[in-house]
Amino acid sequence: MTEQNRRPHETAEAVARRSYGKLVAFLAARIRDVAGAEDALSDAFAAALAAWPEHGIPDKPEAWLLTVARRKMLDGVKRRRTVEKAEDHLQLLAELAETEIETPVIPDNRLSLMFTCAHPAIEPGIRAPLILQTILGFDAAAIASAFLVSPATMGQRLVRAKAKIREASIPFRVPDEDELPERLDAVLAAIYATFSEGWLDPAGTESRRRNLAEEGLWLGRLTVSLLPEEPEALGLLALMLHAEARRAARRDAAGRYVPLAEQNPDAWDNGMIDAAEALLFQASAMGRFGRYQLEAAIQSAHVVRRMTGRADWEAIVQLYDALAAVTGSPVVAINRAVALAEARGPTNGIAALDTLADDARLADYQPYWAARADLLARAGHVPAADEAYERAIGLEADPAVRDFLMAKRAALTRH
Amino acid sequence: MKYLLMIYAEEAGWNTLTPEQKAQGLAAYNAYTEALNAAGVRLGSNRLRDVGTATSVRIVNGETKVLDGPYAEAKEQLGGYYLIDVPDLDNALSWAARCPGAAYGTIEVRPIWEMYE
Repeated sequence: MTEQNRRPHETAEAVARRSYGKLVAFLAARIRDVAGAEDALSDAFAAALAAWPEHGIPDKPEAWLLTVARRKMLDGVKRRRTVEKAEDHLQLLAELAETEIETPVIPDNRLSLMFTCAHPAIEPGIRAPLILQTILGFDAAAIASAFLVSPATMGQRLVRAKAKIREASIPFRVPDEDELPERLDAVLAAIYATFSEGWLDPAGTESRRRNLAEEGLWLGRLTVSLLPEEPEALGLLALMLHAEARRAARRDAAGRYVPLAEQNPDAWDNGMIDAAEALLFQASAMGRFGRYQLEAAIQSAHVVRRMTGRADWEAIVQLYDALAAVTGSPVVAINRAVALAEARGPTNGIAALDTLADDARLADYQPYWAARADLLARAGHVPAADEAYERAIGLEADPAVRDFLMAKRAALTRH
Repeated sequence: MKYLLMIYAEEAGWNTLTPEQKAQGLAAYNAYTEALNAAGVRLGSNRLRDVGTATSVRIVNGETKVLDGPYAEAKEQLGGYYLIDVPDLDNALSWAARCPGAAYGTIEVRPIWEMYE
């Protein structure tokens, strides 16, 4: 491609991409078929990328894409009319044409589509990938590499999930009030999984995974804009903003891992932290607490250090207590033990970790051993600390964190 | 959209009930069936005799084999079904949750695969 027409091509692609999720959601909700909507749209997008750079972007790009997509679906129905309920399909398409004329603004069904993707009838592990594909237009290969599974496996699982949506008639709608909290939880979990996958690449060297964190934030903002009265949606966005605000501070100039306690607050993004705090404040005024608000509040108590020079460890312990009651997660219990050590000394922290020692899930969980090693070292139990560091180092995948742990272990015997 | 709600439960459980409990169980099913009728969504339903009465048939090498017993031995057996017609899976699932069998067994919800000429 020459320099001259790269610009229009990129603009066309940006416009198309911005419209993607909205158009998939709109079409899928009407023909009750995600895969069918995606197929029709991918043809429409290919047509747009061919036509727009040359003829310019149409006044109503979404309507343009929708018209082409509808034509493609019509072709598809004609081809398949022997097997499928052709009449129903044709009727839906006719209705679609009417909506197009009557409503020049395409309604936003993305929230409904997210609820479809995170429906309890869909296997939990595929919900986040499904949302990435349908709302953001990621292809299976990109999602597979982000979630560290093979493209073939990811492709199959996505296809199976979409077939289930169509064949079992999983509805496209925002659940009623009585069902909403539980169902929203699944949507939020999928968004958080997206963000976390991106967050796991701390150096941001893999742009694909870093983008996932941005997409997670984008989905979080979208959910908040569509459900502004749901405090947990606000809480999740606050939590993600807090984490994202500290991205740059997680590595020093030489690329070495810097734990939260040693991060320089000057390297944090104050704008994001302020936005997170405002969201959390807004959410707490609604008076319905949940795990995301609690987790965001913990982040908030950590970054108090910006102002006071010290995190509010007593508050953090209490928030972890509340979070443990909600989630029952051993990971939460580890974090609570670490906070307890900060607030009341390492011996208290070690005692709290000891109560978890029987949990088989923690035997190969790096943060448990790293936390244990650190607290044992601080309490002066050098041989036990050395042993725990060895376990932690053996379980760590991130080279920067491994180097950090090895340096800590080496320092044990130097004192 | 049609769905088959299949009621799976341990048959042995039923036999341990007192006559009063059995009567109560049947009354619960009658009420459920009436509720489906009132909503206009029930296409059909039946209770099945115990798996002890099941006979399985298959053709192996052109020869019809008749076997005593169910197709698959399992802890829980198919004891009955409801065929319903509702707008979507959420509706089907909410009806499945109201089925008395959901309290002591499992309701498997399967969409009907409509066949067209």
